[in-house]
Amino acid sequence: MTARGFAPHPAVRWLIGLAIIVLFAIPIVSMAEYTLRDATTGGHSLVHWIELFDPAKAGTYRPIWTGLGNSVVLAVVTVAIVLLLAPTMVLVELRFPKLKRPFEFLALLPISIPAIVLVVGLAPIYLAIGRTIGTGIWPLAFAYGVTVLPFAYRAIQAAIDATELRVLAEAARSLGASWPAVLLRVLAPNLRPGLLAASLISVAVVLGEFTIASLLNRQNLQTALVVVGKQDPYASVILSLLALAFAFVLLVAIGRIGGGAPRARRSSRPPKDQP
Amino acid sequence: MTDTAIATADNAILAGARTGSAVAFEGVVKDYGRTRVLHGLDLAIQPGEFVSLLGPSGCGKTTALRVLAGLERANGGTVRIGGADVSAVPTNRRDLGMVFQAYSLFPHLDVTANTAFGLRMRKIAKREAAERVRDALALVGLTGFGERFPHQLSGGQQQRVALARALVTEPRVLLLDEPLSALDAKVRVTLRDEIRRIQLRLGITTVFVTHDQEEALAVSDRIAVMNAGRIDQIGTPEELYLRPATAHVAEFVGLSSVLPCTVDGGVAEVLGIRLPIVGESADGSAEAFVRPENVRLGGPIDAVVLESTFLGSVRRTVLRTAGGQLLRMQHAVGERVEFDERVTLGIEPAPVAVRPREG
Ligand SMILES: Nc1ncnc2c1ncn2[C@@H]1O[C@H](COP(=O)(O)OP(=O)(O)OP(=O)(O)O)[C@@H](O)[C@H]1O
Ligand SMILES: [Mg+2]
Repeated sequence: MTARGFAPHPAVRWLIGLAIIVLFAIPIVSMAEYTLRDATTGGHSLVHWIELFDPAKAGTYRPIWTGLGNSVVLAVVTVAIVLLLAPTMVLVELRFPKLKRPFEFLALLPISIPAIVLVVGLAPIYLAIGRTIGTGIWPLAFAYGVTVLPFAYRAIQAAIDATELRVLAEAARSLGASWPAVLLRVLAPNLRPGLLAASLISVAVVLGEFTIASLLNRQNLQTALVVVGKQDPYASVILSLLALAFAFVLLVAIGRIGGGAPRARRSSRPPKDQP
Repeated sequence: MTDTAIATADNAILAGARTGSAVAFEGVVKDYGRTRVLHGLDLAIQPGEFVSLLGPSGCGKTTALRVLAGLERANGGTVRIGGADVSAVPTNRRDLGMVFQAYSLFPHLDVTANTAFGLRMRKIAKREAAERVRDALALVGLTGFGERFPHQLSGGQQQRVALARALVTEPRVLLLDEPLSALDAKVRVTLRDEIRRIQLRLGITTVFVTHDQEEALAVSDRIAVMNAGRIDQIGTPEELYLRPATAHVAEFVGLSSVLPCTVDGGVAEVLGIRLPIVGESADGSAEAFVRPENVRLGGPIDAVVLESTFLGSVRRTVLRTAGGQLLRMQHAVGERVEFDERVTLGIEPAPVAVRPREG
């Protein structure tokens, strides 16, 4: 039987694909159309896009740039936190396999807790943080670390499961590698797809986060968009559109990395030629 | 690469090698949880010796090797390499080469980089490392494969690279944990002979784990037969085959027919034939291990042919005696027997191993 045996007819596939594209495209295209409306002429123009960089209106848009800056800082710190997760998971895998299940449960727990509930618990903590570390934006990354934990965990665990971690680590040890060398020179390169995917997912989540920042009275990209949207709906839609496009690019990147070369290589059988 | 070039490569490695160290297990105990896997293992290996650990699945061969490598911590006893107690030395400083049963090449590195890994860890200068990698790859017959990645190699080639990678650092001891078991029969034989050839040239102390007795017999200086966490017997292949110390060794090394017998004063009576026994055994009913090459056509035993297999240079036949005992015979190809044919058999008066019958 050929591989196509159960696959739908190409036409059907295209039809399904098209339907989905249309479904997603309608709101996005509507948003794009909206940003191009020109009230003065009644037609379409790029006037709102150009206004974004108009020094005269800089005051109105300032929150957006602050929010964007804050979100980027948060994304960076969150990614750093997520990358600390990897050595921990490797340690659990190699040294404490019995902890694997409890650790997984803990890591996946945040997915079942709504952000609002999370905030109830976080509010007093951030009150204390505000008093001690200050009200800077970056401590919010700890909260984001918790929210992205399940996604990052899954991405990294998938890479760990696809790698013969123990054998590679033991081979490296027997060849004289210290533990840091094992981690950096052997395990990290082989877990790279998972690490990248975890990082990109974290970035996507942080850039799209609204609830926690809003309820804790911190300003990030999404809260700023809401603030500005009240004065200038065009600008906020334009930036939402850009944020969406960025997230889309990130997801495509994740897909490419996940399905990328190393995984495909590993699954292919070695050729049976000369010994 | 020409033969002279290979010889030069070998010599280059030889010059630095001859570094085999003595290895000793002294009363090594290993527990996993509450199960004891090694019951006070004692084993002394000479410098440059090729010793196989042979035994059935689960008897603790891998565990012994991992304790030697420092990948597992023993619960008691001492492991010595070159005379020094290495119990407190971590794996990466034991100066070992190891080839694993599972393919263990680093997937993200090509053959050259894989082979060079140990040298990089030892901070060997790039130029010297490149030279030694070239020599090591020549040694395992993989010149010209340097730029391939592990997924572009066959299983046999991957294990060759793993061998080159383990040898390139000129380790004191080479540890091989069933490196051939994932390979097909033909490659297995070629590669095992090659491992032995390289080992003899380099004079490197080697511990080879296998559950394939034929493999162990073919390549080892000495074989340690393990059984349930203990060493039953250690000896040259000939000693083990001709004078097995225990029934387990007799059963495990070489092929035998297990026949009921009665022991009386150091002589076993098997199917009416009196045979000397190896070692000691209490008088009474027992089981004897009769080698197929000691069974011949013509004699006092009546039997019927169940199956006869042509093995190229010899023929191996399974027979059933009148008493219902199964018997294996190895004989000349010219002596043809047919299925269901009635024959008479004799047993050569070679010493047999016996074990007391249970119950
Ligand atoms: N990590 C572990 N935890 C608990 N028990 C283990 C562990 N590793 C091995 N064992 C047990 O220790 C015993 C010896 O295992 P070992 O791997 O040394 O056997 P082996 O002789 O190498 O067998 P094989 O020929 O199948 O590889 C087995 O009974 C096994 O179940
Ligand atoms: Mg084993």
